[in-house]
Amino acid sequence: MTKTILSVDDSASMRLLVKMTLSGAGYDVVEAIDGKDALTKAKAGGVHMVLTDLNMPNMDGLALIRELRCLPAYKGVPIVFLTTESDAGKKNEAKAAGATAWIVKPFQQDQLLGVTRKVLGP
Amino acid sequence: MTDSNDPTQTFREEAAELLADLETALLSLEERPDDRDLLDTAFRALHTLKGSGAMFGFGAMAAFTHHLENAFDQVRRGLMAPNSALIDVALASKDHIRGLIEHPDRVNKEEGARLLDLMAKQTGAASGPTGSGTVTADKDLGTPGTWRIRFRPAPDALERGTNPLLLLDELRAMGSATVVTLTEALPPVEEINPNRCYLAWDIVLTTTQPRSAIEDVFIFVVDDSELTIDPVDPEAKRIGEILADRGEVAADTVTDAVGRQKKLGQLLVDDGAVTEERIHSALAEQAHVRNKTDAAKAVVPASNSIRVPAERLDDLMDQVGELVISHARLKQLVASSADLQIKSVTEEIERLSNGLRDTAIGIRMVPIGTLFGRFRRLVRDLSQDMAKDVSLTMSGEETELDKTMIERLNDPLVHIIRNSLDHGLEKAEERQAAGKPPQGLIHLSARHAGTQVLISIKDDGRGLNRDRIRAKAEEQELIQPGARLSDADLFQLIFQPGFSTAKAVTSLSGRGVGMDVVKRTIDSLRGTIDVTSTPGAGTEITLGLPLTLAIIDGLLVRVGAGRFVMPLSAVEECVELPVKEDVRHTGRNFLNIRGSLVPFIRLREMFSSPLPADPYQKVVIISVGERRVGLVVDQVLGDHQTVIKSLSQLHADTKAFSGATILGDGSVALILDIGHLVALGQTFEPRRNVS
Repeated sequence: MTKTILSVDDSASMRLLVKMTLSGAGYDVVEAIDGKDALTKAKAGGVHMVLTDLNMPNMDGLALIRELRCLPAYKGVPIVFLTTESDAGKKNEAKAAGATAWIVKPFQQDQLLGVTRKVLGP
Repeated sequence: MTDSNDPTQTFREEAAELLADLETALLSLEERPDDRDLLDTAFRALHTLKGSGAMFGFGAMAAFTHHLENAFDQVRRGLMAPNSALIDVALASKDHIRGLIEHPDRVNKEEGARLLDLMAKQTGAASGPTGSGTVTADKDLGTPGTWRIRFRPAPDALERGTNPLLLLDELRAMGSATVVTLTEALPPVEEINPNRCYLAWDIVLTTTQPRSAIEDVFIFVVDDSELTIDPVDPEAKRIGEILADRGEVAADTVTDAVGRQKKLGQLLVDDGAVTEERIHSALAEQAHVRNKTDAAKAVVPASNSIRVPAERLDDLMDQVGELVISHARLKQLVASSADLQIKSVTEEIERLSNGLRDTAIGIRMVPIGTLFGRFRRLVRDLSQDMAKDVSLTMSGEETELDKTMIERLNDPLVHIIRNSLDHGLEKAEERQAAGKPPQGLIHLSARHAGTQVLISIKDDGRGLNRDRIRAKAEEQELIQPGARLSDADLFQLIFQPGFSTAKAVTSLSGRGVGMDVVKRTIDSLRGTIDVTSTPGAGTEITLGLPLTLAIIDGLLVRVGAGRFVMPLSAVEECVELPVKEDVRHTGRNFLNIRGSLVPFIRLREMFSSPLPADPYQKVVIISVGERRVGLVVDQVLGDHQTVIKSLSQLHADTKAFSGATILGDGSVALILDIGHLVALGQTFEPRRNVS
C-alpha cells in the first residue's frame, strides 16, 4: 500500500524539495502551507505520517503537533519536524508536544528518506 | 541576528554549542575520570561534529575530529583511561577544531599535526602518517563485538508515533540479535491502556558496526527511554557470573557458594596479619570515599536524575497553588467555628500543604555551582590570551536558584567576568608596582539575603575610574556637566547602551556592548545591580535576584480600601507612625528607629487612596538590599500564604506590583514589588515636594 505523507511548510521551495524526494521514493505527498491548512487536511484522513516545519504563520508547528495529538486518529501517527534552531529548547518543546522524530535543516535527501523509513517502516 | 537560512552559519552555531558541551565534559572528566555520562557527552559531541561537519563542507575539521572521536571511543570501551595528558590534548584539540570551523584558511597546520601525533601516542595507535587527515571509514574499526542492550520506551512512546518494533527490526538488520521481551511491567488486562507501552526488551547483538551505529538506532527516543548499551566482555566477568549467564549453574547456587567463601578482611584477620579494628577502619574509609563520589556526582546537572518535562512541574506548581488558596478559604471558614476536631484537621492540612509547597519549589532549584563551573575555562583562557595571571575562587556554589534563571544568568556573568579581566585586573608588573601580589583575583560568590539571592563578582584590580566615567557620561550627555552624583549612581552609568571608557577596543571588551545587555537581562529577571569600587583596590558587582517563587509567605496589609501583600522575608518590623512625625517636612520623610534614620513612603499617597486615613498609621519596615525603608499603611492584617498570579499584559509595566494573589474570601490583593516600589517612591517623593 502506498503511504501518504502530509508535508507542512510555508516555504514553497521547501515543499517542492520534500515532494520531489518523497515522491521519488514512492510515497504519496499531500502539501499544506501552514498549521491551519495542515489540520484541515489531516482531519480528512488517510495520512500515515506528518512532516512539519516549526516556524510558520497562522499556526506554527508546535501548535499543529499539539492539535494533532488531541485527535484520536493521530495518537500513533509519526510526526517528524524540521528544525533549523540549534537551541535545544525548541526541539524539546516539540518532543514534549508529541513529535516522534526530527530532521535538522539543512538536510540531504537521503537523510529525509532515512528518517521517513525509520519511523514509517519499510 | 544571524541568517538562519545560511546552512553554514547554522552549523557554526551548533558546533559552538557542541564544543562548549565538550569542554565542560572534559574539565569535569579531569576530576571524575570514571563518570560514564561525562564520557558519553564528550563522545556524542565529537560524533555530531564529525558527522555534520562533513555535510557542510568542513572536511578538514571532520577528519581531525575523527581522530579525537576514536581516542574517546577507546576510552569508552575501557581500552584506556582518560588521564590528564589526554584531557590536555583534547582541550587543545577542541580549540583547534574551533579554529578549523571559524577560519579554516588561517589555521595552524603544524599544530594540527602535532596534536594528532600526541593523540596517536596516547591511544598507542600505529596510525601511520597522521598529517594526511583522511577519514577512516567506520567499518574499518569493525571486528565483531557483542553488546547487551536494554531498551524500555517511555510509556507514551506509542502515542508519540514511535513504533518500537521498527527499532528492533533495525537492530536485527545490523547483525545477529537475540531479543527477549520483558513483560514485568504489564498491568492486569482490565487496567491496560492500549495507547501505552508497558514492554521492555533485552537485546544481545553481535555486530561489526560500532557502538555509535547502535546509538543511532535509538536517536529519536534516547532522551525519553531507558536505554543502556554495554559491551559484553567475558574477561571482565567473575567466573560465577559467566556460569550463571550460561545457565550452567543457577545464580542462587553461585551466591550460596560465594557466601561460604570468606571475605578478604576476615582471612587477613584469621592470619593475624591485621586486627579486626583496622579492617573496620579501612572499610569505613572505603564507604566514605564511595559516599563522597556519589555526592560529587549528585552536583552534576540533570545527567543522573529523572528528566521531567518543565510543563509538568508548572502544572504541579499550579495545583499546589490552588491547594494553598483552597486552604486559605478553609482556614477562614474554620476560624469562626468552635469545632476543635475540624480545627486540628485544618492545621494538619496546613502543615501538609506547606511541605508540598516547599518540595514543589525545591524541584525547580539548581545549585548555582553548575553555572559557576563554566567560568573556570573562561578565566583560564582569557588570562592566557591577555598574559595576565589570574586566579578564580568561588564560594556559595551550593546556593540554589530556579533553573530557568540560572540559564539566563550565563551571559551577564560572562560579560562581567570579561570586563573584570580586561579592564579591572592589571598586568603583573603594574600590580607589583602598586604593591599588590602579581596574581590577580576574581571571586564569585552567591548567598541568600531575604527574598533575594545575591551573586557577587569581585576583583582586586584597579577599580573603576570615576573621572573617566564622568567625562564620558558628560560627553554623551547622559548627565549635566558638574551634576552631583553619588558613586553608586555614577557607576550605574556603565550599564548605559554604548557606554565604554576603554581607550582601546580589545577583542574582549571595550566596544560598549555588553554591560547594557547585563542590565537588560537582570531587569527582565526583576533583579538589581549594585556596583562598589575602590580605586586601586578593586570592583565588586552584586546582582540581586528574586527567588522567583510561585508561592511566598507574605504580610497582608490594608491601604484605604485595598489590600496588598509584601514578601514576609523582606519585612523587618512593624511600628506605629508617631503622630508628631506625620507632619509634612520640607525634605524627605524620616523615622527615627532606635537611633537610625529610616526613610518612609506613604502608600496612601502613592496609590491615591480616596478614603480618610485611619487615625493610627502603621509603618512596615522592610529591607531592600542594604537599605531599610518604611512603608506607611492603614492596617497590618497578618501573615498570608501568597500564591503569586502574574498580572496581565495590560499591567505589565506597572512596576510597583509583581503580581496578584487571591485571598481566602475570594477577593484579590496586589503583591508589592518592594525593590521597584522603593525606587518609584524615591522619584515620587521629590516630585511631590516640588509641586
